[in-house]
Amino acid sequence: MSEILLKIDGKEVKAKEGMTVLEAARSAGISIPTLCHHEKLEPYGACRLCIVEVESRGWTRIVVSCVYPVEKNIIVRTRSEKIDRIRKMILELQLAHAPDSFILQDLAKEYGADRNRFEKEPSFCIHCGLCVRYCAEVKKKNAVGFVDRGIRKEICFIPEIASKECWNCKECFPLCPTEALQAAYVLVEALISPTFLQTRGREIGSG
Amino acid sequence: MDKDRIDQIIDKHNCDPGYLIQVLLDIQAENNWLPREALERVAERLQVPMTRIQHIATFYKAFSLVPKGRHQIHICVGTACHVRGASRVLDTVEGLTGIKPGESDLDLKFSLETVNCLGCCALGPVVEIDGKTHGKMAPAQTADVLKNYD
Ligand code: SF4
Ligand code: FES
Ligand code: FES
Repeated sequence: MSEILLKIDGKEVKAKEGMTVLEAARSAGISIPTLCHHEKLEPYGACRLCIVEVESRGWTRIVVSCVYPVEKNIIVRTRSEKIDRIRKMILELQLAHAPDSFILQDLAKEYGADRNRFEKEPSFCIHCGLCVRYCAEVKKKNAVGFVDRGIRKEICFIPEIASKECWNCKECFPLCPTEALQAAYVLVEALISPTFLQTRGREIGSG
Repeated sequence: MDKDRIDQIIDKHNCDPGYLIQVLLDIQAENNWLPREALERVAERLQVPMTRIQHIATFYKAFSLVPKGRHQIHICVGTACHVRGASRVLDTVEGLTGIKPGESDLDLKFSLETVNCLGCCALGPVVEIDGKTHGKMAPAQTADVLKNYD
């Protein structure tokens, strides 16, 4: 595979064809914040936090680095006034949905995002799709999926599958940038069997 | 809806998962809604996960996961119809049928929805029932129109 030379934050970086800008940056030790990216999963491009500036032939554009393939001789800037401003806005919008997410709060500190800027609408889910995609792509169980769309979009477990598969897996829990996933699962369990929670409730708390 | 009919629809589309939406649309068109057993059969035959079917069935307004009435009433509340009194037409239809937008009555006779412009504003206020357009509707006329459906 041919090698591609590009510049990221002033550093010469060698990348392989087909790599994304995010992968190239990480291979060179340059960090770009991400929320919906996961090495084991197909790129998704949902959260938009990983945006960077790409300059080629004198034009500068904003692209989503986790889905944007590397190109010859492009100049990438992972931080700039504009990028920081957009990231701050994205974080403020996400914090309206998940105000207590630690990951979001840490990022908010770095980008000066105000968690109270927008009226809170706690759905506790930022639609990163990590849980849904992990279950489908890695575990191949498809126990959890999205339903509805727009402002009503939410995750939903398929009870028949969840009752068989999830208890012994739960690998998606730590992936969630908010606590929504765990809450949703606990709810499904309660619906499957009302006594389940009483007997197993304590384990959920410690798991 | 019986299983054989669902299988026929699936076979018509060569059991190709790429035709998932088309299969669901056909079931919806024939049955007026998508019962759980039908979706399970589709998942099994087309080999697509239930999560995907659920996502699609809740994404598009064309699908319904609850039983729908035999007749679909769409009342336009777009700008042109609104200024010509669509809200009063809506009020009377709600009164006559006893249901609000998004609902179906207990006998499954009517389902009511509002829409935002049917593309024939000059005819406003517009009411569409089972795809047939009734233009220039006055609230007093609605009872007469609804009488034609059973
Ligand atoms: S529940 Fe968590 S992991 Fe799943 S989509 Fe929402 S934020 Fe992402
Ligand atoms: S990490 Fe790139 S869009 Fe979320
Ligand atoms: S606004 Fe009702 S048809 Fe256009």
